[in-house]
Amino acid sequence: MSIQTNVAVIGGGPAGLAAAIAAAKQGAQVLLIEREARLGGILKQCVHDGFGVLRFGEKLAGPEYAQRFLNELRQTNIQILTQTFVDKIKPHPLGWKINLVTAQGMRQAFAKAVVFATGCRERTARQIGIHGTRPAGVLTAGSAQFFTNILGQLPGRRCVILGSGDIGMIMARRLTLEGAQVQGVYEARGTPSGLPRNVAQCLHDFNIPLHLRKTVTRCFGYPRLEAVEIASVDEHMQPIAGTEERVDCDALILSVGLIPENELLETLRVPIDPVTRGPVCDQYGMVEPGLFCCGNAAHVNDLVDYVSESGEIAGAAAASYTEQPEQQHAQITAGQGIMYAVPQRIALPAQEIPLYFRVKEELGKSRVVIRVGETVLAKKTYLALRPPEMERIMLDLSQTTLQEGDEITVEVQPL
Amino acid sequence: MTNLICITCPIGCALQAELVDGKLSVTGHSCPRGEDFARAELTNPMRTLCSNVRTNNPACPLLPVRTQGEIPKAAMMDVMRLLAGVTVTQPLQCGDVITSLEPICDGNVIATCDFPF
Ligand SMILES: Cc1cc2nc3c(=O)[nH]c(=O)nc-3n(C[C@H](O)[C@H](O)[C@H](O)COP(=O)(O)OP(=O)(O)OC[C@H]3O[C@@H](n4cnc5c(N)ncnc54)[C@H](O)[C@@H]3O)c2cc1C
Ligand code: SF4
Repeated sequence: MSIQTNVAVIGGGPAGLAAAIAAAKQGAQVLLIEREARLGGILKQCVHDGFGVLRFGEKLAGPEYAQRFLNELRQTNIQILTQTFVDKIKPHPLGWKINLVTAQGMRQAFAKAVVFATGCRERTARQIGIHGTRPAGVLTAGSAQFFTNILGQLPGRRCVILGSGDIGMIMARRLTLEGAQVQGVYEARGTPSGLPRNVAQCLHDFNIPLHLRKTVTRCFGYPRLEAVEIASVDEHMQPIAGTEERVDCDALILSVGLIPENELLETLRVPIDPVTRGPVCDQYGMVEPGLFCCGNAAHVNDLVDYVSESGEIAGAAAASYTEQPEQQHAQITAGQGIMYAVPQRIALPAQEIPLYFRVKEELGKSRVVIRVGETVLAKKTYLALRPPEMERIMLDLSQTTLQEGDEITVEVQPL
Repeated sequence: MTNLICITCPIGCALQAELVDGKLSVTGHSCPRGEDFARAELTNPMRTLCSNVRTNNPACPLLPVRTQGEIPKAAMMDVMRLLAGVTVTQPLQCGDVITSLEPICDGNVIATCDFPF
């Protein structure tokens, strides 16, 4: 039996929950689709606290943050399908035709607008070129988190963590609390890639050493990991011969980055931003007419509060979406010192929009300037800027006349 | 002078703090909470502890929990041992108290999600 709806939301993590609730508040009929048995997305396994500081003014645990949205969801009449995987989506006279794989078989849904809130996935050992055997015990930090926090199984007793991303550091603490020994966190770059507060509360608090400019080059042992080879790296991140050392361990946990999960969206051949790895979208998260993207699927966020914000914006826009004649756009480009800026384009006319960006490298006191031609639209001074921390600026465009093709540049100048 | 990273919010300000005869001097903080953090850090560092407890329900075998407020950093491992002995058997709502932390320290441990989920 097929389902007809105004808005279909794919993914029931914080982005999808916020999008579905916001669309329902606008009076739209909403279908929320999640492949797992439970809503909440990655937050289900993030038992640590630190979520919701901006939104609720409290440090909540991940499941607790999700619970607030689940409670709100109960007050709506959103149709929820769990254990349902979206494997195909196609344009259709009714809007979009969505193929659903369920435990009971295949189903179809038809929606006027679709919101992609499919989150992101972790980079794996193969993507970073570790040589040697392929033993059990090599896993991503997110998988280690799933084993520890959802299944209640310790992934290893002596762990080496490669990469100083937030999830890796959070797992270093978690595994230590659960009685495992964490030999160290190894990072190829010269600075940790996660937040300073996680270096402090996850590593320093537990005397876990952080080794910079070092990487894992080889795995030993079969069928179970027995040791890894660690080497120092040069400025091009290449291992330096003669610096190899062997570290015994039974688990190698990788925290080497996240990539937006957009296989589905890519089948529609929408433009993908080579830096964010998410689709090119406007200030509503709209990728193309009737198709929206939010949360980590759009670009990897470090704060769930911003994920929820992007979900709300996309959900509300999807609810009020109607086909329009050719939409005009201005472009946003990442200028000097900026790694990326999102949204990549602005549908005109525009009002107040949140603009997110990351810098390319660690900076001290600096000023971020947003301008179109010689006209400065906004500027903001920061005491410090770091690539792991996504920044947000509210950009008021209500007083600015922009035209199709205008280029808005975001740049940073050290002071 | 002690170098600290304030963990109160995601900004993570780098603080320099010193406590001389009970008088605190702090630099590097962007808001007043940084001073409170530095004072605690130099006297009795406090942390929120998050973990899991067992349940008797095979469909949701683990329930996420945290300390209701902060507890002394030094007490974290004792609280972990306490939690290892707890099994949840009754339905609970997010925020409900699971166990008191007596005699280790003041405070309670609360559920961070409804049970069963
Ligand atoms: C380990 C970890 C630690 C973090 N720590 C913090 C922190 O301390 N503080 C903080 O503020 N933020 C933190 N974050 C960031 C924040 O939690 C995430 O950015 C946020 O959860 C992302 O939300 P999302 O909804 O975009 O994605 P997700 O939570 O990943 O949800 C995506 C959902 O989509 C579903 N899905 C995907 N594809 C399909 C499909 N084809 N069909 C059906 N369903 C599909 C998935 O099953 C999943 O449930 C952390 C993130 C991680 C991964
Ligand atoms: S000093 Fe204030 S702004 Fe800085 S990390 Fe602490 S709480 Fe956050």
